[in-house]
Amino acid sequence: MATKGFVISRLPGFNPIAGLVFAGLYLPIIILVIYSFNAGRSVASWEGFSLQWYTVAWENDAVKAATVRSLYLAASAAVISTFLATLAALGTTRRKAFGGQTFIYVMINQPLMVPEVVSAVALLIFFAMIKQATGYAGMGYLIAAHSAFCIPFAYLPIRARLEGMDMTLETAASDLYASTWQAFRFVTLPLLLPGIFAGMMLAFVTSLDDVVITVFVKSAGQDTLPTYMLGQIRRQVTAEINAISTVLLALTVLLLTLFVLLTRKKD
Amino acid sequence: MSPAEQAEITRSARNGWLLSAPALVVLTLAAIGPLAIVVAYSFMPAGEYGNVAWGFSLEAWQGILFTKDIFDGSLAWADANLTIFWRSVKLSVLTTVFAFIVGFPTAWFIATRPPKARAMWLFLITIPFWTNLLIRTFAITEIIRKEGLLNTILLKLHIISQPFEMIYTDMAVFIGMTYVYLPLMVLPLFASLDRFDMRLLEAAYDLYANPWQVLRRVIMPIVKPGIIAGSILVFVPSLGAYVTPRLLGGGKNMMIGNFIELQFGQGRNWPLGASLSVMLLIIVTGALLVYVRYANRETRNGH
Repeated sequence: MATKGFVISRLPGFNPIAGLVFAGLYLPIIILVIYSFNAGRSVASWEGFSLQWYTVAWENDAVKAATVRSLYLAASAAVISTFLATLAALGTTRRKAFGGQTFIYVMINQPLMVPEVVSAVALLIFFAMIKQATGYAGMGYLIAAHSAFCIPFAYLPIRARLEGMDMTLETAASDLYASTWQAFRFVTLPLLLPGIFAGMMLAFVTSLDDVVITVFVKSAGQDTLPTYMLGQIRRQVTAEINAISTVLLALTVLLLTLFVLLTRKKD
Repeated sequence: MSPAEQAEITRSARNGWLLSAPALVVLTLAAIGPLAIVVAYSFMPAGEYGNVAWGFSLEAWQGILFTKDIFDGSLAWADANLTIFWRSVKLSVLTTVFAFIVGFPTAWFIATRPPKARAMWLFLITIPFWTNLLIRTFAITEIIRKEGLLNTILLKLHIISQPFEMIYTDMAVFIGMTYVYLPLMVLPLFASLDRFDMRLLEAAYDLYANPWQVLRRVIMPIVKPGIIAGSILVFVPSLGAYVTPRLLGGGKNMMIGNFIELQFGQGRNWPLGASLSVMLLIIVTGALLVYVRYANRETRNGH
């Protein structure tokens, strides 16, 4: 039968709008990626396929330095925030509700609620004071700031994992005379690892993407990849930015896919 | 309760605090603590070369709405500031409304796919959500700037003879913000719609409702928490937006976020920057409280 059955969930006009939305979301990104392979300078004309902008970016010392700095910063922030978030998640799940638990939740999620520009201004003022008092102007400020705002992103998947875990396994370990530390080390921790990796990945991506807080906190000569790009876009746009964006985009998609695979529930 | 159980509960709570303490210390030092300094700064007079001078002053708070005449010290409405506030609110509301109008059908579309396909469509919304905001804004820039793709195509097709100025307008900021914040609308809407009982549609159609009535009277009331969550998730970052208006609005079409930055840069009025920040923080907190109240009411109703 070729006749189309009446689909109860169909609402007139909804599917075309959804189609347009998906097209609208992806078209600009796809165009950006395509033009990173353009032999010409801009999107005004397509002058053939070329990898020259990747070479240009690769050979640009400023880009190289910013990339190394970004990766170093994101890795440091991811490790620190994940460590702190793991402890906090162990502290706030799987125990009787205790006084101040809501306070801890609010504290941990606070970076998600405060507008970024406000946090950035606050850090600018605070770190300016410390800089004046101590004379230290290294990467420590950026690492501290990034570690702090990455905590909620690391915390959420770890907590979700802990809440879904079977507590009887630990009880069983204790019954078999495992010490608290042994039960944690050999039972809880291995089970928790996918959550920890997922949290670390979100923290890494979040740190890698940050523009606003980094722009305000960084000292001279501490450009990360996003702040370098922000500066370039304001000046003169070449397809070099497209090439860098494409690489970052690929990295994000890769990490996200890993994240989805790690947190996938077995049906 | 026996003393042993009581002791166990106390121990558990203490461990809870001890384990959370390191994270709380870092958050206090590098996130919450500095906000207190901003509040303090908003009540101090401006220093001559940036920063603040010691003392107490309400000038920064007054400066949000009024400017003082240099000669006779009389107060007048700060028109420039009011224009920026109005633009920020207007663009944020427009962004939220438009994101809802196109986001709702999208979320509905995803929620009505078969389970396997649903995960795939959802992932397609998640990718832009996690993609660097700067990259997404830049992607829009590439299309709408003067020598951008849109102008190039329109010129080649002879639809226009002069490239039209679209970038550095409010319209450009609106398009950019809708583009970057749309996933924040779709995701919570989907979470609500995902739990929607499709049998209710059957019941409504059996009672001779038309699609519009079904949408307005059956679907929307039930997924209201998702609508509120999505709206707040879009409105809050829109109001505090910095990157998107900076790239698409240019120097003239500032929003509050850029205006705040200006006070710490060329404006050299740190206290005003601080009072504006606190004002923004209060508005955002207000919006979040509305959300929490709604969310709680829904849980009490057993959803």
